Amino acid sequence: MSPVVRLLAHRLGMSLIVLVGVSMLIFAIARIIPGDPARIALGPNATPEQVENLRQALHLDQSIVVQYGFFVADLLRGDLGVSLYTNRPVIADIAQFLPATLELVLAAGIMMIGIGLPLGIISARYRGRWPDNLVRLVSLLGVSAPSFVWAVILMLLFAFFLPIFPIAGRISDIYSIEAVTGFLLIDTLIAGNVAAFGDAAWHIVLPAFALAVSGIGQAARLTRANMVETYDKPYIEMARSYGFPDRRIANRFAFRPSLIPALTIIGLDFAAMLGNAFLVEAVFAWPGLSRYGVAVILRKDLNAIVGTVLIISATFLIMNIIVDLLIAFINPRIRHSQRPA
Amino acid sequence: MRRTIAILLQNPLSLLGVTLVTIVVLSAIFADFIVPFPDHKGAVVDFANFNKAPEWPYIFGTDLVGRDMFSRIVYAYRISLILGIVVLAIAVPIGVTVGLVAGYLGGWTEYALMRVTDVFLSVPPLVLAMSIMGVLEPTLLNGMMAVTAMWWPWYTRLVYNITRAEKEEGYVLAAEVIGASKLHVIFREILPNCVPAIITKMTLDLGFVIIIASSLSFLGLGVQPPTPDLGSMVADGAKYLPDSWWLTVFPGLAILAAVFGFNLVGDALREILGADQ
Repeated sequence: MSPVVRLLAHRLGMSLIVLVGVSMLIFAIARIIPGDPARIALGPNATPEQVENLRQALHLDQSIVVQYGFFVADLLRGDLGVSLYTNRPVIADIAQFLPATLELVLAAGIMMIGIGLPLGIISARYRGRWPDNLVRLVSLLGVSAPSFVWAVILMLLFAFFLPIFPIAGRISDIYSIEAVTGFLLIDTLIAGNVAAFGDAAWHIVLPAFALAVSGIGQAARLTRANMVETYDKPYIEMARSYGFPDRRIANRFAFRPSLIPALTIIGLDFAAMLGNAFLVEAVFAWPGLSRYGVAVILRKDLNAIVGTVLIISATFLIMNIIVDLLIAFINPRIRHSQRPA
Repeated sequence: MRRTIAILLQNPLSLLGVTLVTIVVLSAIFADFIVPFPDHKGAVVDFANFNKAPEWPYIFGTDLVGRDMFSRIVYAYRISLILGIVVLAIAVPIGVTVGLVAGYLGGWTEYALMRVTDVFLSVPPLVLAMSIMGVLEPTLLNGMMAVTAMWWPWYTRLVYNITRAEKEEGYVLAAEVIGASKLHVIFREILPNCVPAIITKMTLDLGFVIIIASSLSFLGLGVQPPTPDLGSMVADGAKYLPDSWWLTVFPGLAILAAVFGFNLVGDALREILGADQ
């Protein structure tokens, strides 16, 4: 276990450095803003005095280094400042909207792995034959459109044309579920309301699939590419000559070593869904971070922009650490190595 | 070069890719001569023909102020392609240079440059571009800047990995032994060996830049009306689903067709040039 612990410590340290860098980057971007954020927040009718007071309250009258210092000090206390858009603490806003987004991203991630990897395995096993060609074509189509296009197409096909799935939202209005975790699929179970759980699950299918389409394509393509390479290795030929069945060769001997390089990229894709979730949420009126994020960006709400991007980046880094640990568990060379990878 | 083209045209899928890319590029260049309503790229209003389902001469229907969707889609291709080319023309040299320098020099230079790269790679691409667009005015030029800012690190990482492998090769050592300068080794010896991978990635990336740029404008953070843009067309039309389906379906399929074309060509190039990175 010790190499894995060391890997974890190493990755956590690296992520912390990167997160500090991200905070500087985002802070710098937010402060090169043309125009006066205090003036924008107060509107055109504010007196110069009011604007000046807000500028002082926000430390906008000091140098950018001092401003960053204030920002970090607040951040360490868990304070991201007050949103000029909702007049609430940014951290409270994010806590309200983030679970819905995370729920969507996690559901899409499960689809990406649950559908993408098997497609890749099939493709590699039947290399050059029709299942391979079909999977390659479909997965290339999948990565060839932004998720909002898939969202619109899926909605048109499976919510309007064939009214199988609901058009929008997270759950039908008839259910009122007390928010415990913010994850509806968990909260409905806590409440013991199976019907509400089913309803929420039914609502998440289309948005999650729209978000997952390009990830599924990417996962299938990567798995196939890596497996095709593995298939050329001598030990596969040896397994064949021993008479192992094709299915077993594919699922066991060829798939496992191929999974490792694929997982790194799949992890990145998984995390990129956090950004793409904005697009899908907009189409399906999913009450996540999207509407809030776009609204605060359009209103140049500095605290909220910095807070939202920072939280998303932190989530992104955490997801990548989890993927790295997963790889460490799968890969005996890292699991037993003496040096952090 | 000739061999590459010959192979491209033999495989049916890459032939389809070449065809799609050719159609998109040519229609973008010669838009003025192809489209039935060239003036519909701007703020034109024709309430006599608004919100029409596809019918002659409006093969893709008309939008809510009566502009021909087909004409606007062709002009939107032009803007997407210009954006993609400008973004890559700026991002690729920056990213490649940083990757070469970090990979070849090593030590503290490598550490510092790669950590900066990590910072950029640690923000989901769309979110980084969004936050940049958030503080800038949403114009075409600023959109290009935002997308460029998030694009170069991917080339840094690609070239960095190749450089680290290449610098152990005999030909690099040979150049060093005869006293070639660091500049010479980096740009004349190592860089040419990165070119196949870079070209392949650029082909694939033209498609991805179109995806990101249309995503930005879909959220209202990119190209502003009345300039035609595929992303904002889908966003505007989505409110009128399912009745006015042509407002979203055709711009959506237009994105799919263009990006699919670039991906098919990129994939084929990757196989031909053997640049499997």
